[in-house]
Amino acid sequence: MPMLNMRFVLPDHVVDLNRVAELTGIRRAGETIEIGAMTRQRDLEFSQDIADACPLMSEALTHVGHRQTRNRGTIGGSLCHLDPAAELVCVAAALDAVVEVIGPNGRREIPFAEFPAGYMSPAIDYTEIVSRLTFPVWPRETGHAFVEFSRRHGDFAIVSAAAMLLLDGAGRITRAVLALGGVAATPLRMRDVEAALIGQVASIELIGKVAEMCRDVEAVGDVYVPASYRQHLACVMSRRALETALSRAGKSAAAAH
Amino acid sequence: MESVAETRTIDLKVNGKAYSRPVPVRMMLSDFLRHELKLTGTHVGCEHGVCGACTILFDGRSARSCLMLAVQANGHEITTVEGLASGAEMHPLQTALSEHHGLQCGFCTPGMLTTLVELLNDNPSPTAEDVRIAISGNLCRCTGYEGIVAATLEAAGRMRASAGERS
Repeated sequence: MPMLNMRFVLPDHVVDLNRVAELTGIRRAGETIEIGAMTRQRDLEFSQDIADACPLMSEALTHVGHRQTRNRGTIGGSLCHLDPAAELVCVAAALDAVVEVIGPNGRREIPFAEFPAGYMSPAIDYTEIVSRLTFPVWPRETGHAFVEFSRRHGDFAIVSAAAMLLLDGAGRITRAVLALGGVAATPLRMRDVEAALIGQVASIELIGKVAEMCRDVEAVGDVYVPASYRQHLACVMSRRALETALSRAGKSAAAAH
Repeated sequence: MESVAETRTIDLKVNGKAYSRPVPVRMMLSDFLRHELKLTGTHVGCEHGVCGACTILFDGRSARSCLMLAVQANGHEITTVEGLASGAEMHPLQTALSEHHGLQCGFCTPGMLTTLVELLNDNPSPTAEDVRIAISGNLCRCTGYEGIVAATLEAAGRMRASAGERS
């Protein structure tokens, strides 16, 4: 709607999907979570299934706009709008989510890595709609964190970071994810940082070292924020996200024993 | 220009009263409330969802009326600031806001009230921090928010007390 109000988009037709009940809902199927495209941000924020299976998303949602916009905003809307600084977009990148779309030729699935065609442009056809987001559930002992830097609470992030770390019994990192929002035209997965973490014994020193790898990330500049500041924030937010994820890693497992 | 004149008839309830009106399909809900129903208590500031002045309750949930089309309200219930008082008796939040200098120019007030009424319905005992987070999407340029936060905490206490008396 803001895009309509500001005349950034001039569609011939607008179709309201709010009454298509099949597009709404959160379903846990084994080790997978399925979220209907028209599921409201508010319902995700307060969902026990999401809190249990994907606390990263729960944490990110508290940064999404405000109560009044989360009451109406949907996950499908966030994904299709595809603002590179949007929290749910960053989370979808971190989770290796799969986006299901429906069109005249039926359903097809798009891995999230291939979903952004460019700045604010999803790789879907004009005749298609996003119908569902699916992603795997990480083990309970995973450490997660979503952090962001923005000028005011509720603003789009200047830079956000989503991190997940899974450790083995010896404190060695077995799985690592780091995604950055707001840095470039599309959300970034920092695969070189992830590779540098996996197999290493987790420590604050290690995190401080690998976070510096974000210094050279290709960043966009605009009238408010130069690219060099985004690169600086990419390091800082990566470090904070990974440190918090590490501090939370393994706690659920420890508590369960 | 045919599409500009295209209309749909919508049936909705606003502040408990049923309406059936033809509306242009491109009309925003905020403009419908103000220009068609003459409920000018809902204010329109930024018109892209940032300032919070146009906040209404849509089926009991706070929402930006500038981010919805009037046709989307078909079959739904809306509460605007005009619907908060019972006759001459103001909502406890309205009374407290007036006592605590929670408003000066009044532009943000309708959005503050609808947002905070939802908060108090969900959480009868909010902390000052809860109140600040709730109104983080409502811009006020006069009061500095302190009076609004104080008024909300006081109203919450009075509402808890009167709920206690009733039960």
